[in-house]
Amino acid sequence: MNFSCKPENNKSIALEIHDFSGIEPYLNLEGDKTYVVNFWATWCAPCVKELPHFEALQEKYKEEIEVILVSLDFPHQYESKLKPFIQKYQLQSKIVVLDDPDMNSWIPKIDPQWDGAIPITVIYNASKRLFYNQTFSYKELETELQTFF
Amino acid sequence: MKTMLSLLVLLTTVAFTPIISDNGYEIGDIATDFKLKNIDGNTVSLSDYKDAKGFIVVFTCNTCPYAVAYEDRIEALNKKYAKKGYPVIAIMPNNVRTKPGDSMEAMQQRAKEKGFTFPYVMDADQSIYPQYGATKTPHVYVLESTAKGPVVQYIGAIDDNYKDATLVKTKYVENAVDALLSGTPVKVTKTKAIGCSIKV
Repeated sequence: MNFSCKPENNKSIALEIHDFSGIEPYLNLEGDKTYVVNFWATWCAPCVKELPHFEALQEKYKEEIEVILVSLDFPHQYESKLKPFIQKYQLQSKIVVLDDPDMNSWIPKIDPQWDGAIPITVIYNASKRLFYNQTFSYKELETELQTFF
Repeated sequence: MKTMLSLLVLLTTVAFTPIISDNGYEIGDIATDFKLKNIDGNTVSLSDYKDAKGFIVVFTCNTCPYAVAYEDRIEALNKKYAKKGYPVIAIMPNNVRTKPGDSMEAMQQRAKEKGFTFPYVMDADQSIYPQYGATKTPHVYVLESTAKGPVVQYIGAIDDNYKDATLVKTKYVENAVDALLSGTPVKVTKTKAIGCSIKV
């Protein structure tokens, strides 16, 4: 792994921040890949625990998948928590930030069964889409991904 | 086209996702009473409140940023509605071994700092929150006292803006309680919000 061109401080990390209308396209990408979309936050312990598995998955299946990490961190913690976290763990997957306080309007659009607790994961491609209201071990995640190939 | 696509995705998901029905309360169910230890050392049960017209039961904790964001609004709900017959009862559902920041001492400390006027009890054996179907903090259940017992009338979020109380457009819990107080049906009975999963 090459660390030489990684950002050296918070200032060089540019966050892509959207309301739900800006996040929705990431749930409906129409490319050839399988998309693995994980909703997480730095304050969510089970999310943080499984995050390395998504990173490892992206690394192993570079050609086949795109992992998208949707952060639900609070705006006042972008500088103090989120950016340092991205920096510390050298996250390689695509990160987008969802900032949309009217949660009842968009949670059901992600999945009608979702009650709002994170983490959740959506895996989809052109022919299949599944919603996971659970945490993953690496093995579970990889096994699940392979059902999409 | 994008909307059509999302709608299609949504419909497909609905069609193929099994509906889980035994996952806590639905609107109209009778809620269980409990006997849980409060921060003042006494126990609290719904049946202690002989004159209550109902309850605002809030599953909440010290350690979740969303719960913290709503602390002042939970206190405001109690100030406004306890005297009208709908007191707030806050239940801390987390396993304190997983979340030491939610220990009884920490709850007492937080309640003192914030001047909570409502009971803040602990679901110490984690037997109550699964019956309600609470999955996260904060998670609110508005109950109406009836001859049959406390009937669940609203489940979900406090309002539609966790970030800024001044930007709230819809106060879901207040609307539900106001409707019950005026004897009219609750219009919005279920809402969803992001929260911290309850720690087992």
